[in-house]
Amino acid sequence: MLMPDQMQEARRQVEICNACRYCEGYCSVFPSIMREKSFSDGDLTHLANLCHNCQGCFYACQYTEPHEFALNLPAILAEVRQESWERLAMPQSVARVMHRRGGAIAGLSVAAFAVFFVLMQWMMPEDGVGFYAHLSHVAMITLFTPAFLLPLVSVAFSLRAYWREVEGGKFRLRYFLAACKDAANMRNLSGGQGQGCNYEDEDRFSNMRRWFHQATMYGFLLCFASTSSGTIMHYLFAMPAPYALFSLPKILGVSGGVLLVIGCFGLAWLKTKADPALGAKNILSGEYAFIFLLGATGLTGLMLYAATGTGFVGGLLAVHLGFVLTLFLLIPFSKMAHGFYRMTALTAEAAKHANAN
Amino acid sequence: MPKDTRTHFRTSSTWDVAVVGGGNAALCAAITAAETGARVVILESAPKSYRGGNSRHTRNFRCMHRGPLSVLSDAYTEEEYFDDLMLVTERNTDEGLARMVIRNSEECLPWMESKGVRFQPPLSGTLSLSRTNAFFLGGGKALVNAYYHTAENLGVTTMYNAEVMHVEMEDDTANAVIVQIDGEAHRIEAKGFVLASGGFQSNLEWLTRAWGPAAANFLIRGTPYNRGVVLNDMLEQGCESVGDPTQCHAVAIDGRAPKFDGGIVTRLDCVPFSVVLNKDGERFYDEGEDVWPKRYAIWGRLVAAQPEQVAYSIIDSNSIDLFMPSVFPASKSHTLEGLAKQLGLDEKKMIETVTAYNKACQAGEFNATGLDGLSTKSLTPPKTNWARPIVKPPFYGYELRPGVTFTYLGLKVSEKAQVQTPTGPLTNVWAGGEIMAGSILGKGYLAGFGMAIGTVFGRIAGKEAAIYVNA
Ligand SMILES: Cc1cc2nc3c(=O)[nH]c(=O)nc-3n(C[C@H](O)[C@H](O)[C@H](O)COP(=O)(O)OP(=O)(O)OC[C@H]3O[C@@H](n4cnc5c(N)ncnc54)[C@H](O)[C@@H]3O)c2cc1C
Ligand code: SF4
Ligand code: SF4
Repeated sequence: MLMPDQMQEARRQVEICNACRYCEGYCSVFPSIMREKSFSDGDLTHLANLCHNCQGCFYACQYTEPHEFALNLPAILAEVRQESWERLAMPQSVARVMHRRGGAIAGLSVAAFAVFFVLMQWMMPEDGVGFYAHLSHVAMITLFTPAFLLPLVSVAFSLRAYWREVEGGKFRLRYFLAACKDAANMRNLSGGQGQGCNYEDEDRFSNMRRWFHQATMYGFLLCFASTSSGTIMHYLFAMPAPYALFSLPKILGVSGGVLLVIGCFGLAWLKTKADPALGAKNILSGEYAFIFLLGATGLTGLMLYAATGTGFVGGLLAVHLGFVLTLFLLIPFSKMAHGFYRMTALTAEAAKHANAN
Repeated sequence: MPKDTRTHFRTSSTWDVAVVGGGNAALCAAITAAETGARVVILESAPKSYRGGNSRHTRNFRCMHRGPLSVLSDAYTEEEYFDDLMLVTERNTDEGLARMVIRNSEECLPWMESKGVRFQPPLSGTLSLSRTNAFFLGGGKALVNAYYHTAENLGVTTMYNAEVMHVEMEDDTANAVIVQIDGEAHRIEAKGFVLASGGFQSNLEWLTRAWGPAAANFLIRGTPYNRGVVLNDMLEQGCESVGDPTQCHAVAIDGRAPKFDGGIVTRLDCVPFSVVLNKDGERFYDEGEDVWPKRYAIWGRLVAAQPEQVAYSIIDSNSIDLFMPSVFPASKSHTLEGLAKQLGLDEKKMIETVTAYNKACQAGEFNATGLDGLSTKSLTPPKTNWARPIVKPPFYGYELRPGVTFTYLGLKVSEKAQVQTPTGPLTNVWAGGEIMAGSILGKGYLAGFGMAIGTVFGRIAGKEAAIYVNA
């Protein structure tokens, strides 16, 4: 949990940056700082969610320890950001555990596998092809619809609270579109000029993290599009699964799965090389567990596809659906939430920028 | 010392070029020499976390350009650059060397970019410099990091915590340097030597000798590692000096700044909108003489001449948002008494001075962005611009102290950066950067010129050293 003096510490550091401004060109955080002279807790939460932890400003800073100013902006903003995700989550207590305890995420996943094994044992459908031979379509829909929508409702409430806290002001579509543009190319991990960030190799710049993150993000979106296209085909065109290789759901799903797996395992690998002192403390196990969860969701999906027609489908399906369920349930309570906060922060920043000019 | 440097250090009894110092000039020299294939070692007295001397505190590079160049707009001609320099140095400059630096600066910028330095449009609040000065993305430490990577890629070895104590001379040729590494003295031989170890501004004893006991109260804006050990050693061995040994460039900075390395953030831009009192509660100079960029550099001296080398800048709520934010929050009180108490000033005397000032203020149009001629009447000393009464609470106060940027005394060099003696240049010793800047900058300072001198002369020194050792 964030100590009250951690907000104060963030304020102290941000005020030093505001007198310095050397890092102005790295990311959106500095121009945002430079619009203000004093910083409320809401302002700091906003800055923290704008920060993508590219670490450029740490390695460029002439005031890092052992200097008595002890600047470490990526770390203190990571603390404030992490705290905002946990504090604004509903219910908060779940987020406090899930964000930080890899064991809890693993536990939840195992419980989810068990649910599906049991369901498949007890409710084996009489007929059905493909996956539906193991679990009926109705059962899947009954389980996944609330498991997907309820977390999203929770996130929506959190984002509303967030928007108020950071005083985003009046929402306009063009602010959101500006945010989409920033996210689409990860501008804030570009180092300002495309050189990337300082992450896995101290103060040397590289775009590895940006690329792996893009792979993860687009991979996830493709998988999501795959499922959505399947749903649409099922209901609107009465074309239920299984689909052929050259069908929309398969093409989207396989390419998305591959990207997701590469991205997640790449990000995890980079994380092992980064300096943990530049991030939030005591969240590493939660972060690793989450990234493995996401990667494993993609991997088991691909394995399931590869196993079509073999005896492994049943077991793999239970494991895959278990991961998917866990992922959905954890949307408000894990690193998954960061995408939503990030988009909201970028939207708020576009709004603030427009209002200042 | 990391393992790889240690083995290098043992196996390489003779280097081609030994570069003394690890800031901008040293790195430019090391890279230039290493590009010719020379085996180069950098001897940096600071630990890795503090490498880069004062260069790590810089933000921009003043650059001549005949047309748009990288982030620089329009043109900035040799003549204009030179005129700007003449103005601040009051002609205390070697015209030949100065013009050489100016002319060379134009090709330096693309060179810097090719070595990994990145530039950004001018920082907010510095638009006045957008045509003349190219700002480093991330500031000077990012520049220094980029150069260290380039040097490392070229095979340059860097030794940190390696303070050069002595250059071993035989007639007009240097054979080796004596280096203190982790408390142990080592002798390192090389064929050529580049001296780029900065000025002596962090040597308080030397400053006190030059300036008097008041210097003990000065704050040093940059690195504590520039103690002038090599400069002193070379002067003692008969090298020629340039620059006034008793002068240093000092500005008024936040009195709460650390003794060393406070850097850019400790600057205060409030003076023109304030009244400035000394320890006795009295005003001592026209705070509104000219716009701040033209006056900030004299306030270091002004404050240094006051009792205990301290002064207090007092403003009210009308003016608190007119200048760049300060690194530490100002002292703040709803009454002048309260503020006096916080600042440790005599309350009665302070109120008396402020009241007298307020009475002397005249009606008129206040304009924060230019000389507004709003002057006090019959007040000594007068305040000739921005003289608005200080009446609107809360009141704010900043303690000011002199912050030393650099010293002027340096080694005299030739156009080829060779270190000079009364009987001619040394054969294999070159100098670049602050250690020889006195050759060009005898007085005053022009923003971005320090990095220009260091880059131009660092590169010349590296090139000449390489030609010598490769011959
Ligand atoms: C706060 C501040 C801001 C500034 N901003 C600008 C700016 O924006 N633009 C600009 O042009 N100029 C600026 N300057 C001036 C600029 O810093 C100098 O002109 C420039 O950095 C000089 O470069 P240098 O390589 O000669 O010295 P430095 O960068 O100071 O490097 C000297 C090096 O020598 C090392 N050293 C010292 N003694 C020894 C020894 N005995 N043995 C081994 N190593 C030794 C030091 O550790 C250091 O690495 C600024 C100065 C300060 C203090
Ligand atoms: S991180 Fe350091 S260098 Fe960058 S703006 Fe802040 S104080 Fe300046
Ligand atoms: S870590 Fe990167 S994104 Fe975060 S404030 Fe620093 S430069 Fe900006």
